[in-house]
Amino acid sequence: MAVDEPRWRRFDRRRRLGRFALWVLGAVAVVGSWEFMEIGVTNPGTIPREVTDLLTRMYPPDVAYTGRIVDPLIETVQIAALGTLGALVLAVPVALLAAENTTPNAVTFWLGKLIVTVSRSVNTIIWALIFVVMFGSGPLAGAVAIAFRSVGFLGKLLGEEIEEIDFGQVEAVRAAGASPGQILLYGILPQVKPALVGLSIYRWDINIRDSTVLGFVGAGGIGVQLFRAVNAFAWQSVATVLLVILGVVVVTESLSAYTRGLVR
Amino acid sequence: MATGERTWERPSVFPRREVKWAVYASVVGFFLWSGLGVGADPGRVARGLASAGSLLGDFFPPTATPRQAQRILDKMLESVAMATVATLTGIVVSVPVAFMAAENLSPRPLYAVNRGFISVSRAFNAIIVAIIAVKAIGFGPLAGILTITFKTVGFFSKLLAEDLEDIDMGSVDAVRAAGASSTQTLLYGVVPQIVPRFAGLSVYRWDINIRTSTVVGIVGAGGIGSVLLTAFNRYDYQYVTAILVAIVAVVLVAEGVSAVVRRRYQ
Repeated sequence: MAVDEPRWRRFDRRRRLGRFALWVLGAVAVVGSWEFMEIGVTNPGTIPREVTDLLTRMYPPDVAYTGRIVDPLIETVQIAALGTLGALVLAVPVALLAAENTTPNAVTFWLGKLIVTVSRSVNTIIWALIFVVMFGSGPLAGAVAIAFRSVGFLGKLLGEEIEEIDFGQVEAVRAAGASPGQILLYGILPQVKPALVGLSIYRWDINIRDSTVLGFVGAGGIGVQLFRAVNAFAWQSVATVLLVILGVVVVTESLSAYTRGLVR
Repeated sequence: MATGERTWERPSVFPRREVKWAVYASVVGFFLWSGLGVGADPGRVARGLASAGSLLGDFFPPTATPRQAQRILDKMLESVAMATVATLTGIVVSVPVAFMAAENLSPRPLYAVNRGFISVSRAFNAIIVAIIAVKAIGFGPLAGILTITFKTVGFFSKLLAEDLEDIDMGSVDAVRAAGASSTQTLLYGVVPQIVPRFAGLSVYRWDINIRTSTVVGIVGAGGIGSVLLTAFNRYDYQYVTAILVAIVAVVLVAEGVSAVVRRRYQ
């Protein structure tokens, strides 16, 4: 084969340079981050030993503790359910604002986007901190926190569904003389209903997981019990709580998957 | 229209009308029961919302003294650093887990163990993992890195394993038929098919990790979360708002960067 024969290359020079630059950037970011935190190289070496030590303390799980966590567990399920319901009520108007084809004007569009963004950027536990200040500690603050966190998720995805609807049907309902409320009920809602139900169930499933930690900041649920057990170094009780949470999450996940399968 | 004529009914997921009403009634009942359990009586909600009005004045405007601003900056950088390192370590751990959790590449028992590990990682909220990591290895960013790495593995391996299950086994068989060893089969038959998705997922997870790293500090695992909790405990609500604004800004920037990189790459 002649030396000057053209060879096939997957990328041209510019793209190869670009990819190389990205690799270098990534490496610098990781090394720089490590240096910034001043962790060194010996500390991470202790991780396997410490974790194994903790796991041996957790075994076997304290079965007797199960009775004490039934009530907080029910509370967690209730918080997730109410939070999802509240989010649904709040998300419908937000979705209508954040969808390009239903929002009245540019200002309302950006308002919708702003609500969606802020809700999604602030973690459930931070929302819980805020609402514990307002409602006092307890599950009510937790439910409101779950609702505020879920609005962004539901508003964003529902808004995207609304943007994809067949607007001809909306025009038809409007041409028949429908009021805005009627347009919503008969022109838009039937088209997004399956998505609405599916998304709500999906979010409920996520909310069950999120509501397990609300107790850390005093917003109710099983997190309270977990936090107590951890602070008391009752590792076998901690293991029980963790197993129960795992069980509940697996059950809700399959329930959610099954129901979403029905709706689709 | 004659009375005996069949009328059109909307298709429904329910087999019978009674079932439908039973389901609706039980859903409503469940919400009422939840409302009672949580203590969400209208009066209490109204009082809470009323106090929200007066609290708004406590939270606004966001303020931070120069020292506080410096603290926000330092701890925010720590959050980003934790997220960045943990993304790398998470991916490194995820790759073998994903290969072992792909049905078409892994023997049955190994598949089950790795799927189990993925479920466990996904089931626990980052805060729960963080509180245990802090007790195991002490306060600070190392516990945060461990937490985020653990959470990354559940997400990354699950999606990567699904991609691996969807690959074209024909090209894998072709490489194998050409006499490649099992390592060579992986390198030349499997890896090229998943590289683009791999890069996209990494950046996406980095963006999620930034969000997570802003809260794990609440239980002592490093990052801006610790500053937030301290400010809350001191009732310094205007400082709280300043921290929240910083968090939203950083999350937005990370989301933007992640979106741009993913669009370029795919």
